[in-house]
Amino acid sequence: MLDKRLQSLGRHGVDFITGAGRAGALLIGALKPAGRGLKLLPLLIKQLYIVGVQSLIIIVVSGLFIGMVLSLQGYTILVGYGAEQSLGQMVALSLLRELGPVVSALLFAGRAGSALTAEIGLMKSNEQLSSLEMMAIDPLHQVIAPRFWAGIISLPLLSAIFSTVGILGGHLVGVDWLGVDTGAFWSVMQASVEWQEDIVNGGIKSLVFAVVVTWIALHKGYDAVPTSEGISKATTSTVVQSSLAILGLDFVLTALMFG
Amino acid sequence: MISSDNIIEISNLHFSREERAIYQDINLKVPRGKVTAIMGPSGIGKTTLLRLIGGQLKPSSGAIEFDGDDITQCNRKQLYKVRRKMGMLFQSGALFTEMSVFDNIAFPIREHTDLSESIIRKIVLMKLEAVGLRGAAKLFPSELSGGMARRAALARSIALDPELIMYDEPFAGQDPISMGVIVRLIRELNDALGLTSIVVSHDVEEVLSIADYVYIVANKTVIAHGTPEQLRHESSEQVIQFMQGKPDGPVPFHFPSDDYKKDIFNNA
Repeated sequence: MLDKRLQSLGRHGVDFITGAGRAGALLIGALKPAGRGLKLLPLLIKQLYIVGVQSLIIIVVSGLFIGMVLSLQGYTILVGYGAEQSLGQMVALSLLRELGPVVSALLFAGRAGSALTAEIGLMKSNEQLSSLEMMAIDPLHQVIAPRFWAGIISLPLLSAIFSTVGILGGHLVGVDWLGVDTGAFWSVMQASVEWQEDIVNGGIKSLVFAVVVTWIALHKGYDAVPTSEGISKATTSTVVQSSLAILGLDFVLTALMFG
Repeated sequence: MISSDNIIEISNLHFSREERAIYQDINLKVPRGKVTAIMGPSGIGKTTLLRLIGGQLKPSSGAIEFDGDDITQCNRKQLYKVRRKMGMLFQSGALFTEMSVFDNIAFPIREHTDLSESIIRKIVLMKLEAVGLRGAAKLFPSELSGGMARRAALARSIALDPELIMYDEPFAGQDPISMGVIVRLIRELNDALGLTSIVVSHDVEEVLSIADYVYIVANKTVIAHGTPEQLRHESSEQVIQFMQGKPDGPVPFHFPSDDYKKDIFNNA
């Protein structure tokens, strides 16, 4: 019994290490300059549209509602202390430091990450990746690299849009509905939000999440068992692992930045 | 050293997947300019053999010489260089679904050459004409029938005028007309373009009608080889069972199991 458990533990350990090795090789292979420069540009632009622009709606709508909820919840607490003038500060700091990078990364994993995994898994199952290899075209450069860079560029921008729309949503509820003074809302926010401490740190978080989510999504697709069950498992695994990685890394980054 | 008469020479090839042996001591030669068929029952790894030749899989041991290069010893860069001399028609066609037929065929030319668009257009139309699909240039893969998709994929695999073309089950799932068209195309393209062709299939009659030389692979190795005429007169029971499609013989009809009566009457 103990033997079997040890064997199973060992097998999982070996699987994890080989998986990590393959993921590393995938990233290195994709990022190695291939001297194809300009030929990759149209592919990158297309992926920026698919990964970034097509994720805009979910980011904008979620950002708006989260900003509105933050403002409503914040107001009911702050008004008890007569501190509702600080509503702008609370909404902005919550969004810039935490909710903007984290929630947009979670949404990105669900919307774009899962789509990347499914697309690459299907390309593998209908032999498109193999046919690229046989045409002497490296799929790591043709398929993986443009999607990776598109993810890295898109998520920090989506996160910035999320926070901006969230602040506007907070203003809508706090100022236009609940009657907080508009001057106080903006001036307290302006006085308390620091460029380095809040905006740059939020951007760094977002960049780290972009690398992790896109990498996981591409690796899971490229490594998927090329059957319908395999692709479905890979897609689920992308969302679960990316979400856990985002939340775990968020704690580590927050501890390093603000701890 | 590879003989100049052969484009491929495989010697003492062993290949295992995890702990399961797929091939043990395969020896095989593909003569230049001819159509060579590799036949065998389903599931014995015929496609795997093509992937080994293309360098997509590494054998456990043995050598695969292609036109003077040992594929098993090539690094990634050398492998990509060697593959420019190969074309492969996949079972599914593997056309890029987001591109039109024209762009699918232009794709390898655009990637590997700096030819102008007007020359690329001419080459693509010539390749499409060869497979009878010039009129379908603007269609997308989803608008093609299975047979047309395979012909379009064939046009793509000859886009860069390779020396060798490998067909993976080209007749699978085709209606009789498409099958006849593909059979004719394989032979005609081979002769007209001076190619060497390897056809992997288990459709005995179609393969024997176009192949110059045939290898039958079973039990992890080559069990017979020769011209179609020689194989028709082969006396080995295993070859006769395969060629004539007999349900029982050296390859048993029943999957190995316990005694039938014991299994039926034992309720426990």
